[in-house]
Amino acid sequence: MTTKLFGEPVRRREDGRLITGQGRYLDDLGEGALAAAFVRSPHAHARILDIDVSAALDVEGLVAIYTWEDLPGALAEPLPLLIPHPALTHGRTAYPLAREIVRHVGEPVVMVVARDRYLAEDACALIRVDYEILKPVVGIEEAVRGVHLVHEDVPGNVGAHLVQEVPGPGGVTARDAIAAAPHTLEFRLDIERSACMPLEGKGVYARWDADDGSLRVYSSTQTSTSVRMAIAAKLGLPLPKVEVVAPDVGGGFGVKIVHPWPEEVLVPWAARLLNREVKWAEDRREHFVSSSHERGQVQHVRVGFDDEGRVLGLDVEILHDHGAYTPYGIIVPIITSTQLLGPYKVGAYRVEFSSIYTNTVQVTPYRGAGRPQGVFCMERTMDRIAAHLGRDRTAVRAANFIQPDEFPYDQGMTFQDGRPLIYDSGDYPEALRLLKELIGWDSFPEEKARAAAEGRRIGIGVGCYVEGTGVGPYEGGHVQVTSDGRVHVSTGLTSQGQGHETVFAQIAATELGVPIEKVSVVTGDTRRFGYAVGTFASRAAVMSGNAIALACRKVREKALRIAAEALEADPRDLEITDGMVHVAGVPSASIPLATVAVLSNPLRYAFDEEARRATQFAGAASDDRPPVAEGEEPGLEGRDYYSPVRSTFAAGMHAAIVETDRDTAEIRILRYAVVHDCGKLINPMIVEGQIHGGVAQGVGGALYEKMAYDEHGQLLNASFMDFLMPYATEVPRIETAHLETPSPLNPLGIKGAGEAGVIPVSAVIAGAVEDAEDITIARMPISPSDLYALRQDR
Amino acid sequence: MNETRHHVTLTVNGVLREATVPGRRLLSDCLRHDLGLTGTHVGCEHGVCGACTVLLDGEPVRSCLTFAVTVDGHEITTVEGLARDGELSPVQRAFTECHALQCGFCTPGFLCTVTAFLRDNPVPTEEEALEAVAGNLCRCTGYQNILKAVHRAAELQAELHAEEDR
Repeated sequence: MTTKLFGEPVRRREDGRLITGQGRYLDDLGEGALAAAFVRSPHAHARILDIDVSAALDVEGLVAIYTWEDLPGALAEPLPLLIPHPALTHGRTAYPLAREIVRHVGEPVVMVVARDRYLAEDACALIRVDYEILKPVVGIEEAVRGVHLVHEDVPGNVGAHLVQEVPGPGGVTARDAIAAAPHTLEFRLDIERSACMPLEGKGVYARWDADDGSLRVYSSTQTSTSVRMAIAAKLGLPLPKVEVVAPDVGGGFGVKIVHPWPEEVLVPWAARLLNREVKWAEDRREHFVSSSHERGQVQHVRVGFDDEGRVLGLDVEILHDHGAYTPYGIIVPIITSTQLLGPYKVGAYRVEFSSIYTNTVQVTPYRGAGRPQGVFCMERTMDRIAAHLGRDRTAVRAANFIQPDEFPYDQGMTFQDGRPLIYDSGDYPEALRLLKELIGWDSFPEEKARAAAEGRRIGIGVGCYVEGTGVGPYEGGHVQVTSDGRVHVSTGLTSQGQGHETVFAQIAATELGVPIEKVSVVTGDTRRFGYAVGTFASRAAVMSGNAIALACRKVREKALRIAAEALEADPRDLEITDGMVHVAGVPSASIPLATVAVLSNPLRYAFDEEARRATQFAGAASDDRPPVAEGEEPGLEGRDYYSPVRSTFAAGMHAAIVETDRDTAEIRILRYAVVHDCGKLINPMIVEGQIHGGVAQGVGGALYEKMAYDEHGQLLNASFMDFLMPYATEVPRIETAHLETPSPLNPLGIKGAGEAGVIPVSAVIAGAVEDAEDITIARMPISPSDLYALRQDR
Repeated sequence: MNETRHHVTLTVNGVLREATVPGRRLLSDCLRHDLGLTGTHVGCEHGVCGACTVLLDGEPVRSCLTFAVTVDGHEITTVEGLARDGELSPVQRAFTECHALQCGFCTPGFLCTVTAFLRDNPVPTEEEALEAVAGNLCRCTGYQNILKAVHRAAELQAELHAEEDR
């Protein structure tokens, strides 16, 4: 049996439990726990005058009702602002339960705990909250007028304002470069809101152990380690007395990286106070109106370019709607403004953004995290330049590409991790060549003409992106080989369906030379690993994958050292194959890794066969040496961390062919092609799956999904009936090709792949619709009604 | 304010099960929380996502839109009942072979839907397979591998039937 599993399409070990109903998601836990439910604000902006709970007190099974006034100490303070930034001069976060003012529909006001969820909701329905309704601020344009304010002490509704300038050759500013350029264009782009919409909402389940004074919390989170620290701090508990476990999580896509959500501190607090198990599982409507959204931006673009379409100067002003609160800082517009540059060298660049408050659900990263907006901006710009010059759209892109011999390439900006925006590796011309071949770019004009002859309108679009992945600061891995020969791997970051158990097992099996069946992997359980950042920014494989590889190498080194002593060989002559340490070329001179694990521990009670056998290898202990030598530890285990100097930059290019219906303006995607480069692939099957899912979300964002807020701040489509997530009928078959440009930054040469698929889709579809219709597309998503209206305006 | 409770008897995955539930108790909640069969998931509580799909007398239904009291005396199959004698069903095998699941939350609904579909239509066309899964939402996979799995399951089912006939 081969143990070189890195790079193989190994089937997922998660699947066994998930296809038989044996997975354990948050609401599958805690049978018999009390249920929490919330009274949420029905108004977008209002002052709470009175909360009358008297009618609810008779509800059968009611256990407790809490408002902000009941919250003690740090719990009564606003939730933390996780990522401060000097430009975020007016960051504001919510209280766990609203204090005086509510600022969006769905903000939690009262928490009810009852015997079950039905009864808790009965009580919620009987609680009467009197509000004085205040003027809501909805929509970016209304917000920037600043007539009405979301927060009384935030003038103009501006939370943050940041100007970033990257001068061109000779220090020329972007505005001067544009003024001096042979050609200039100026236009506005609009991108709607969407949201992650994992099929499983958020959820929290807490058990207080009064005898032990300890708390165990399960949360459907993307970061159990940070939820743990937040709970300890908010509840005033010693950190070692709090453990947080992310069980099976039904999708995240960003929304579950925010922490602590109000419920993540309120539910554990109630569990401790009541000395009862308490659980809250978010319902779909709650998810729509109280979990995060993303994407909404208005962009004003000015670009100057030469006759070849080379960008000489680019000036972008972004208005970013961050909703009512900024718990996640201004990461999204920072990513938009930095990743906007994509695979291109622009002569001089100026980007200015204002991050704006509105009386809507807060905005935090959703898969892509600001990149889809940035790529939309840059790719629409490339298409406009091509149209202006009458040049091929791919030729204009190629004229602006960073070339393979220019890496590492410094874009002269500061990236989301606070580190320089330096691309580590890539081959953009080759990616474009592959893509054009895959989609048949050069022969498309004939295809289009043939379709036209049949009375059909088809169009082709292309979009390129670069994605900074694997952001720091670190992740860790722990690997332990036990005396039964099993390998136990743990890492602190969490999983939401990406297949981490499988890919981390592939890495460990490859590094240690053991059969993958011997390897078990635990993620997101603070009982096993306490230090971690979390799963976001396409970072899990890069960060934890490398940390686990490094930890395995420590273990391997120790195993070889111990085995060498036992076999009286030189460790440099040893290798591990199929769980056996043996002298290279001499299979008979071998010792099982299981035995090495026994040997690594001077305490050897003969609990199992392996320990009994191992005694034969026990060397003569020296009388003047301690049984555990200085610098040594008992056991065959290792822990290591991977902390990169900066992010590694994956890239990709997509192309699509769409058909638009002449009568109904329906848009159908006929073909969708992806060329993707995330460095070395650990498991190509899983990477493909990530791309498919990303593209599907991108199609949703391009054609169907938006958050339909009315002028009162009511979300009109807060259900799956009205928020149009794509079904199988809406997602095209995706054709993929891979390019593997290894990252020089990490031991495994890998780059992240989680978000890639979603990033350029709106840009690609916009380009394709524009090509089919010969109508300028400046706003996404585009529905049949939108396209129909554009046709009327022509 | 005590609710009237009703006694219901269901045959779930071939086993006679009993529960005492209020009239408003959803079948999904009854299965999950009264009978401990948490494999059936609830993704939207309004019948759109299909994650809660179970087989009621063999036909797929949304258990989040069904009151438990209305199915008293009926037969239910949930995801926990798809494997037979510890052997994964063709649909389950196909889903893992084709990487047709990621987070797995929607998967039980797809598995039940596809199981009923392939029983009635063992050799579906592309179009028919697409139609069959078009009432279930998945946010992870982009559906491509789910469609692949439907066809693969049809193959595996045919092989299994051929074996049984021998």
